Amino acid sequence: MGKFSLKGRNWKQFLSDNKPVVVLLILVVTMSFLSDRFLTWSNIITVLRQTSINAVIATGMTFAILIGGIDLSVGSVLAISGAIAASLVASGMNIVLVILITLLIGLIIGLLNGLLISKGRLQPFIATLGTMTLLRGLTLVYTQGRPISIFGSDTSAVFSKIGTGYFLGIPIPVYIMLVVFFISWYTLNHLKIGRYTYALGSNEEATMYSGIKTDSIKLFVYAVAGVLAALAGIIVTARLGSAQPTAGSGYELDAIAAVVIGGTSMAGGIGTIFGTAIGAMIIGILNNALNMLQVSSYYQDVAKGVVILIAVLLDRKQRKSR
Amino acid sequence: MNKKRYFALALALVLAVGLAGCTTGGTDNGGEGEYTIGLVVSTLNNPFFVDLRDGAQAKADELGASLIVLDSQDDAATELSNVEDLVNQGVDLIMINPTDSDAVGSAVAAANGAGIPVVTLDRSANSGEVVAHIASDNVAGGEMAGEFIVEQLGGAGKVVELEGIPGASAARERGEGFNAAIAGTDIEVVAKQTANFDRAEGLSVMENILQSQSEIDAVFAHNDEMALGALEAIRASGRDILIVGFDATDDAVAAVEAGELAATVQQLPKDIGSIGVDTAMKVLGGEAVDEYIPVALELVTQ
Repeated sequence: MGKFSLKGRNWKQFLSDNKPVVVLLILVVTMSFLSDRFLTWSNIITVLRQTSINAVIATGMTFAILIGGIDLSVGSVLAISGAIAASLVASGMNIVLVILITLLIGLIIGLLNGLLISKGRLQPFIATLGTMTLLRGLTLVYTQGRPISIFGSDTSAVFSKIGTGYFLGIPIPVYIMLVVFFISWYTLNHLKIGRYTYALGSNEEATMYSGIKTDSIKLFVYAVAGVLAALAGIIVTARLGSAQPTAGSGYELDAIAAVVIGGTSMAGGIGTIFGTAIGAMIIGILNNALNMLQVSSYYQDVAKGVVILIAVLLDRKQRKSR
Repeated sequence: MNKKRYFALALALVLAVGLAGCTTGGTDNGGEGEYTIGLVVSTLNNPFFVDLRDGAQAKADELGASLIVLDSQDDAATELSNVEDLVNQGVDLIMINPTDSDAVGSAVAAANGAGIPVVTLDRSANSGEVVAHIASDNVAGGEMAGEFIVEQLGGAGKVVELEGIPGASAARERGEGFNAAIAGTDIEVVAKQTANFDRAEGLSVMENILQSQSEIDAVFAHNDEMALGALEAIRASGRDILIVGFDATDDAVAAVEAGELAATVQQLPKDIGSIGVDTAMKVLGGEAVDEYIPVALELVTQ
């Protein structure tokens, strides 16, 4: 690791403050030695595109975890919004309208989560566990347990470009991911609502007594998580050309893992979008790397679990020593 | 002081990834002239597909091909990622056991785009270019069940057919084979109703049929779940009726052994995997193969 120190204090400081980056670098360097196919342009593009879905969900999850909450319903939101988007596309509706309606559904579900948690005074874990199950059921009712194909209308091909298309050699979902990162980073760092989000996560009572409407922040945060989960639903559906009733199950766990690996504290108040972006990359590269190394699928989860624990342990240790 | 921690992390990471990598004992590209085949399985949490994989692995070992097996965990997006990873690895052929016939289209397209031939196993793909599809021959399975009933009833009698989900290919094909087998005999289908492959529906539908039909000699159900439901109804009625199911699930095989079900038709997932690799090697060797390759089934009786 001597090389980093050669680059001067700034690098050293940066890496010491951003442990996830170190994990990511180690992963990339190790993999490039183990497989000559890993650092090829096509594989890098593949990993980025595969990561985009989890990255978008994890960004919304970051907001929820920053206020000390959690959103378990994101996978189900992805499924129902994907199903609705697919049936709207198949019906021949204008694509822009389809996207708006789908995001609106995500927004409404997010607000519902927010209401249950703020006005209903439910624990975020319990409230979103409830909506997760409820929405999964509604998805099965809506789809009758069968996948909905987006094909069959003139606009299907345009819609599928959202997931499969390229612009200047880079996949469209990667652009979507970058835009989501930027807007979220800007919101958290340069807008009032961003400062309030951190404040609420650090100390709810103090935030309340300082005259900030904590209920509105909660509504905002869960709305963001809902909208981004619906956006991920659009990407998945466009990528596959069909909406699966079981889509997105377990995705909430990958999103939480990305957020936590990225250094965001489950207790709230501490964390960054940059960290989550790196966390999502680590998980994406890990999945790709384990496939490339032909690791038996039974061992893949073992390896993933180990990496999650190492990344988090390291982060915690450092924080304690501060 | 931080260096130590970096080093520990690096070591742990390399160990985690490296050790896991060793467990397969596989090498990346194999020897020269050796083919690498990718196998993307819908799920390895279901014994049926684990058997399919084992059959494929055994055949690959026998033929000297190297096989990369990836698990889609019943998620179409994971399936697509798996196929993309195989494409980037430059495998020679990809065998896909799709999670869903529609959604697999993007994965097949990804392989087609890279010029890698695709073979589907058990479930077919609705779009894209597939060189061969290998699956159980449901029509032959239905025929086996039909012939068994003809033989047991001595060529004459009244039977009930419990159908699967209307329109499902398995229901259609199993019914087709069964009806072909009893055609020309003195066996008469006195009732033919759907119970949607469901055990509870099998029970209630059979109860209703028992009420309306005073004479029934045998029941053919398109799957074991409905057969086991019908068994409960028949047992409660106290009548003596021969029941034949389909799938050879654990429950059904136990019921056959206990003499409650007369027979069940078993699919042979190991053969699907094994014939898959065999076909893949033929494709890679430039041989022509059939578009659809049916795999035989087996009748399980006491």
